[in-house]
Amino acid sequence: MNKTFYGKLIFELSTPGRIGYSLPKMKKNDYCVSELPNHLRRSKEARLPEADELTVVRHYTNMSNNNFGVDTGFYPLGSCTMKYNPKMNEEVAGLSAFSVLHPHQPISTSQGALELYYETQKTLSEIGGMSEFTLNPYAGAHGELVGLMVIRSYHMERGDSKRTKIIVPDSSHGTNPASAAVCGLEVVEVKSTAEGTVDVEDLKPLLGDDIAGMMLTNPNTLGIFEKQIPEISRLIHECGGLMYYDGANLNPMLGMCRPGDMGFDVMHINIHKTFSTPHGGGGPGCGPVGVGPGLEKYLPNPRVVKNEDGTYSFINTETACGRISGFLGNFGIIIRAYAYLLALGKNGIAEVGPLSVLNANYIKEKLRSHYLLPIDGLCKHEFVFDGLRPEFGGDHHDPNHVTTLEVAKRLLDYGFHAPTIYFPLLFHEAMMIEPTETESKDTLDSFIEVMKQIAEEARDNRDMLKNAPHTTPVRRLDDVKAVKNAKFKYFE
Amino acid sequence: MAKVIEGLYYCESHEYVKVEGEFGYIGITDYAQEQLGNVVYVDMPEVDDEFSAEDVFGAVESVKAASDLCMPVSGVVVEINEALEDEPELVNQDAFGNWIIKVKLTNPAELDSLMGAEAYQSICK
Repeated sequence: MNKTFYGKLIFELSTPGRIGYSLPKMKKNDYCVSELPNHLRRSKEARLPEADELTVVRHYTNMSNNNFGVDTGFYPLGSCTMKYNPKMNEEVAGLSAFSVLHPHQPISTSQGALELYYETQKTLSEIGGMSEFTLNPYAGAHGELVGLMVIRSYHMERGDSKRTKIIVPDSSHGTNPASAAVCGLEVVEVKSTAEGTVDVEDLKPLLGDDIAGMMLTNPNTLGIFEKQIPEISRLIHECGGLMYYDGANLNPMLGMCRPGDMGFDVMHINIHKTFSTPHGGGGPGCGPVGVGPGLEKYLPNPRVVKNEDGTYSFINTETACGRISGFLGNFGIIIRAYAYLLALGKNGIAEVGPLSVLNANYIKEKLRSHYLLPIDGLCKHEFVFDGLRPEFGGDHHDPNHVTTLEVAKRLLDYGFHAPTIYFPLLFHEAMMIEPTETESKDTLDSFIEVMKQIAEEARDNRDMLKNAPHTTPVRRLDDVKAVKNAKFKYFE
Repeated sequence: MAKVIEGLYYCESHEYVKVEGEFGYIGITDYAQEQLGNVVYVDMPEVDDEFSAEDVFGAVESVKAASDLCMPVSGVVVEINEALEDEPELVNQDAFGNWIIKVKLTNPAELDSLMGAEAYQSICK
C-alpha cells in the first residue's frame, strides 16, 4: 500500500491547517454553530485529516487502483455470481428523475418510479413462477428472513403455533440457519448423499407436525441440480410445511425452469447477483421475496399495486408479516435490475441459464486433469474442486502439500480474482468456481491456462506457491492476527 | 499425520473424552484441529450448564470455518478451560493437552458407545 507517496494513509498525508475548500462568508441570518446548545457541541477536536484537493484525489485514485472488481478482471467467486454489470444500467439509474427522487414526495409525482417498481414485481413473478413479489428486502439474507416470516405468519394465522422447525440441508449457505434462528425457528439439518444432493431417506424421519418448512437452494451449493425436488416438495407439503427457495443459485435456472413449478411456495432472488447490479464487499444488495397463491397477504408492508385507472399506489394490510425496510428497499438497485431485464428481454433471459452452465462445465472439464473433482457429472452454474490432484502437489498425506489457499493466493499474481475457498465444508480443500455467462471463451481459456500453470508450479516449484502472492499491493495477510488483534481505527 | 491417543474415548464429530473417576475432560482431537486450521476463538458454556450426549455445547472458530462442539456424553460442566479465552491457539499446539470443558458424567454407560483410539484412527483419512 505504501509503495507510492500517495498510497499512504490519508492521516499520514495530513498537514495541520491545510484545507482544500473555501466557504462563503457568514451572512446575517445564517445559522451559526454558537447557537447550538452546549450539550450538542463536540468537546474535542474531530481530528479529521487535513489535505488539499489534489492530495485527496491522488490518494483515493491510488487506493482505487489497488482494488479488484469485475471491471478489472475475471472474478470466478463461487456462489457470488460476479457477472458483468452493463454500463447502461448505470446510465438509467443515474437519470435525474430517479436519482433526485425523494421517498416522501407525493405519490402523484412519482408514478413513473412506481410503475417501474410494479413492473419489476410482475417480471420477477413471471420468472419465479410466483403470484406476487415484494421488492422491500435489502439483501439475500434479509429476503430469507422475510420469506421465513411469511411462512411463520401463514402457520400462525391458522393457529398452528407448534411449527417451529425448519429443515436445511448440510450443504446450505450459512445464511439459511442464521435467518431461521433470527426468525425464532429451530434448524434441523438433513444430510447429503454421496452425489451431493438431499438424502430423501434421511429427510423422511424428520417430517412431522412441528415442521414449518424447508429451505433449499437449487441447484445446490455444489452446483448440482436437486433432481428429486418434486418428491421433496411433496413430502414437505404432505406434512403441512411450506417450501422455501433460496435464490442464491437462480442464475442457471433462468429460461429453463421456475421455482414455482418445482413446488416452492416462497422464494427470494438476489437481484444484485442474478440481474447484474454491482455488489461485493457487503453491498449494496436487494433480495425481493416472491410467494405463491394464497400467501400474498403476508408479504411485508407496503406493497405497490396498480389501480383500475392505471395509476399506482401503496397498500398496507393487517395480515402482513410486518414492515421490514424504511421505505421500499434499495430502489437504485431495482432500477438497474429492471434495465437489465428489459435489455435482455424474454429471449435473452432464456439464454442466461444455459450459457452460465456451459461456461462452468467448460472450465470443469478442462481442469479436472490437474484438480480433484469430487463429484462427477454435469454441473450447473458452478462446481467444486477438492484441491490439487495428488500428482500436482495436492496429496494431503504429505504434510508439505500445496493447499487450496496457496493456489488462490497465486492466482492473484496472474490478475484473476480467487474462487471461493474452503466452502462448502463438505470437502477439506474446497475451491468453488463460478464463471457466469458474461465471460468470453478467450477469458475462460486464459484462466484455464493459468490454473494449469499454477498446478505445474505446485508440482515443480512449491516455494513459489507457499510464498504467493508476489506482485499484489500487499503480500500474504496474517488471517489469525486479523481476527485476534483487529485494529479498526487509526488513532489509539 | 494426526495424533491419536490410547485410552481416550472418541466420537464421530471429532471430540474426545478423557475419563478420570466420575469426571470427563472434553476437547477436540488433533485431527479436528488440523482440519480446522488456526483456531482464533473457542466459545465455551458456563459452569453448571447441563448437556445430553450430542448436544451442542460451544463452538470453535478458525480462520477457515466455525464448527459446533458436540457432547460425546451427557454431563454437567464443572470447569471450563479459561486459558483458551486468551490463547485459543493452544488447541492447535496440543489438542489433547488442552481440553475445553471438564464435566461430571451423568450417564457413564454412554462411554461404551464411543470409539477407542484404533476405531477413531480409521475414520480419520
